Amino acid sequence: MLEVKGLSKSFGGFRAVSDVNLAVAEGEIAAVIGPNGAGKSTLFNLITGHLQPTAGRVVVDGRDITGVAPFKICGMGMGRSFQRTNIFPKLTVLENVQAAFLIHRGQGPNFWSRSERLYRTESEALLASIGLAAQAWTTAGTLSYGNQKQLELGIALASDPKILLLDEPTAGMSATETHESIALIARIARERGLTLLFTEHDMAVVFSIAQKIAVLHQGRIIAHGDPATVRADAEVRRVYLGDH
Amino acid sequence: MKTNDLAGRIPWTLVVFLAALAVPWLGSRYDVFLATQIAISGLFAVSLNLLLGTTGLVSFGHVAYFGIGAYVCGILMKTYAMPFSIALPAAALGAAFASLVFGFFCVRLTRIYFAMLSLAFSQIIWAIAYKWNDVTGGDQGLPDVPYPDLDWMNSIPLLGDLRIAGQFYVVSLVVVGLSLAAMRRIINSPFGRILTTIRENAERASAIGVDVRRYELAAFVVAGGFAGIAGALFGIFSRGVFSDYVFWPKSAEVMIMTILGGIDHFWGPVVGAATLVLLNQEITSYTEYWSFVLGTILLVLLFAFPGGIVGGLSAGFAWLRRKRGRAISPDARRLEATGAETTSVEVKRA
Ligand SMILES: Nc1ncnc2c1ncn2[C@@H]1O[C@H](COP(=O)(O)OP(=O)(O)OP(=O)(O)O)[C@@H](O)[C@H]1O
Ligand SMILES: [Mg+2]
Repeated sequence: MLEVKGLSKSFGGFRAVSDVNLAVAEGEIAAVIGPNGAGKSTLFNLITGHLQPTAGRVVVDGRDITGVAPFKICGMGMGRSFQRTNIFPKLTVLENVQAAFLIHRGQGPNFWSRSERLYRTESEALLASIGLAAQAWTTAGTLSYGNQKQLELGIALASDPKILLLDEPTAGMSATETHESIALIARIARERGLTLLFTEHDMAVVFSIAQKIAVLHQGRIIAHGDPATVRADAEVRRVYLGDH
Repeated sequence: MKTNDLAGRIPWTLVVFLAALAVPWLGSRYDVFLATQIAISGLFAVSLNLLLGTTGLVSFGHVAYFGIGAYVCGILMKTYAMPFSIALPAAALGAAFASLVFGFFCVRLTRIYFAMLSLAFSQIIWAIAYKWNDVTGGDQGLPDVPYPDLDWMNSIPLLGDLRIAGQFYVVSLVVVGLSLAAMRRIINSPFGRILTTIRENAERASAIGVDVRRYELAAFVVAGGFAGIAGALFGIFSRGVFSDYVFWPKSAEVMIMTILGGIDHFWGPVVGAATLVLLNQEITSYTEYWSFVLGTILLVLLFAFPGGIVGGLSAGFAWLRRKRGRAISPDARRLEATGAETTSVEVKRA
């Protein structure tokens, strides 16, 4: 489904991501873990076209998408959320997801219909499924941090992705919020048959839902495989999991 | 509550339009002069706000498209004796086409460079207007642009009583009214919503599948086209087209109108245009230090209403309503709660 081959990115002389190989099968839930500055967000940005790789390729469904613009990659069925929450703050919660429906369903060039009536039911249903139905008319920027993260998930889901990349979906959430949010993400991924790739610092979360884990350290993959393999890996224990 | 409902049901836009339409019959020649200027400037400012308020693009060169509209219309009507009904659409198309060409380069740059390049292009247009004697009249300009042929109005009761300036005002008001209606429709359309996502967060917009540059270019072209219509009307209204019309201070002026009125509201720029035109007239007639006085007044207004005049007023009304809401009896509040739909709309607008 998603394949990353020999992907590298240098900022100046600094190699933030170097020679990363990764494969995620259809319907799989995979995690990329690693200490701060390991290159996880950079890797995600390379996959979704927000950064151009120095070397390597990104292949989705057998199609080479390396260097393709982000908006086109979204159109190919890849949705994402960002580590630093990324919503449309002055629009209402409903309008946030509605906008994603509008563009995804090809209504963008429509100059004449009234946008507020379009995809209302779909947007409301989506908000209900991520637990934000009550906040539909709230200005998105005034939501709590946790709710904004949830809304970002909603925005990503509105474009009906086959692959979903979530960069630290629970960053900054309380323990309970994290727990609920992860349960929600796992449920939605299962219901929609999504291929999910996410990064996360909370190891309990990672080991509870990931079927496959890759460990990134200083831009390199130092281990990958199922949770048990990764947990047992000597190198991983040394550089990362040591204190867990 | 009752008065509130009533106020909500009055079609305010229509009322204002009709009141404006009555100016030539109820007002003086000078009033007609001011009203025409306000209507045209209002359209110009709303077209800029499609970039500024809706898309979040700061264009310092919007006057280029206003000027191109004025020249295209003026040249066609004066030099080629074309009717207004052809010259006006041609002006809109000419301005839109120029926006397409210049915008193509502008949207490739990030924010601050976008602003600089748009200014540079407008100065190029100004230089051409200033130097191309054979076509634009160069520094002499293009005087005596004719009024459209409005003889057909003379046979219509009421309209027939007006002088040509009054008749042209009616034509301008209708053109401006239709243009504003079209722009409002565009802003509320899915296309307009996509533009707001770009303003709010361009990175996020691209991640939901928006081709940001392309939409910015489309907004630039639409804004340019409507600025061209305003320019065409202005050339006829002021009986000539001169290179001053494309000089950068006019870009600054329309920017001030827009921000002064409030970029977050559709009618903000129109209010800003009216305020600036009237202030300008009042102050110039009282003192020779008018630009100093005007500058001071603008500063005070901008500090008093950071969201512009309309932004400030609507915040004030929202505050009053909340204050009154707290004072209503529980019964009334329950009634209000059942009208869930109206409340949600209010929240949305706030
Ligand atoms: N645009 C950039 N220019 C220069 N250096 C960058 C840039 N983006 C990231 N880096 C560097 O690349 C390294 C990897 O950053 P990245 O954000 O990918 O790490 P991360 O694994 O996501 O970390 P965190 O867990 O803190 O989110 C860091 O050292 C960072 O400083
Ligand atoms: Mg990161």
